[in-house]
Amino acid sequence: MRLLTHNMLSCNIKGVTNGYPLRLEAEKWTEKEVDFNAKFLRGIFPKIDWPALVGSARSLGFNDLLPDEAPDSSLLASDDDLLRRFHHALLEIHVEEGGLVCPETGRRFPINKGIPNLLLHEDEV
Amino acid sequence: MDHSFDANSLNPDMIDKKRSNKLASSKMLSNIAQIRLVSNHPEVYEPCDDSFALVDALLADRTNLLNMQPRFCMEVGCGSGYVIASLAIMLHQGCSAAQYFATDINPHAAETTAATLEAHGVHAEIICTDLALGLGKRLAGMVDVIVVNPPYVPTPDDEVGCEGITSSWAGGENGRKVIDRILPVVHNLLSEKGWLYMVTLTANNPSQICSMMREMGYASRIVVQRSTEEESLHIIKFWREHTEKGSRSSWLSQFPLLSFWRSSGAKESGI
Repeated sequence: MRLLTHNMLSCNIKGVTNGYPLRLEAEKWTEKEVDFNAKFLRGIFPKIDWPALVGSARSLGFNDLLPDEAPDSSLLASDDDLLRRFHHALLEIHVEEGGLVCPETGRRFPINKGIPNLLLHEDEV
Repeated sequence: MDHSFDANSLNPDMIDKKRSNKLASSKMLSNIAQIRLVSNHPEVYEPCDDSFALVDALLADRTNLLNMQPRFCMEVGCGSGYVIASLAIMLHQGCSAAQYFATDINPHAAETTAATLEAHGVHAEIICTDLALGLGKRLAGMVDVIVVNPPYVPTPDDEVGCEGITSSWAGGENGRKVIDRILPVVHNLLSEKGWLYMVTLTANNPSQICSMMREMGYASRIVVQRSTEEESLHIIKFWREHTEKGSRSSWLSQFPLLSFWRSSGAKESGI
């Protein structure tokens, strides 16, 4: 599971109103090189929840990879280093084992072999 | 290269597949997934006529897909991974930078898809979930291409949602139980320019499915039509009507086929 996916997942237990972002508890992760595409990154940037991305990267120890505050989109057009950091955080960090915890209920969704399991129990639907 | 699954769990057959993988990806032997590289599991639906028809539809529309420059593509119910791997391969070869998501309610299918993707050297983010639950809030309006080979086989309603391989085919009354849940989910996820490709069976009453989508603002077109001894399959493409020129006439042009569906549907129900 890439941090891109973490950025897109929320808890969907019935009645939960504040199910985002899920707290990332990674036990094992890897870094894998992914083709760099500036156009894709600039296009997706406005759709990314920046604090959630920074938070998930920090939870893995990438403390200085991204700035706290979301950069201005014009900066992404000129700052190649920043764009590459964004690329690395979003696409190149893969969580293999761990869990995703709902901020409201504390429900933990497991991540096994890189696949988050969001299936709900009967009483949660 | 990092392998996301435990090497000890590989059977010899899978190891063979992984060896041939390197050969396949280096030589680019095919522009779709190769059956011998598709992973399998007793509880996961294997690629069959419907899967092949869906991939043929995507191939037939490949130029349009590349021109569209999709950002996110998704398969709902990825099963063996044959379809999402094929889509990723054909778009990647056209230099698309798209990212892929694949979901399945069956954990075995999620893992099988991971193995199939890895064997082909392509990537999709796999999420084990019911349809796209958990993705609907943040990915709303962001997915450009959705492919679905739904559980469309007419069955008693209580077989729908059973665990394992049953979830890949049991469709309830008229095979519509899951399809009718998928349509609003797709509607929420699709971007303004987004396209849906879906497999339907004549018994599903595809003309009615098109009408339901029409009410949500979508035009439709049959991309592939295929009859086997057991079933008559249609791969239908849906798109938001305002985004393509002349879409109203393309909708109207479907009517002769819609009446074909009705008549053939009536024949089937008469048996």
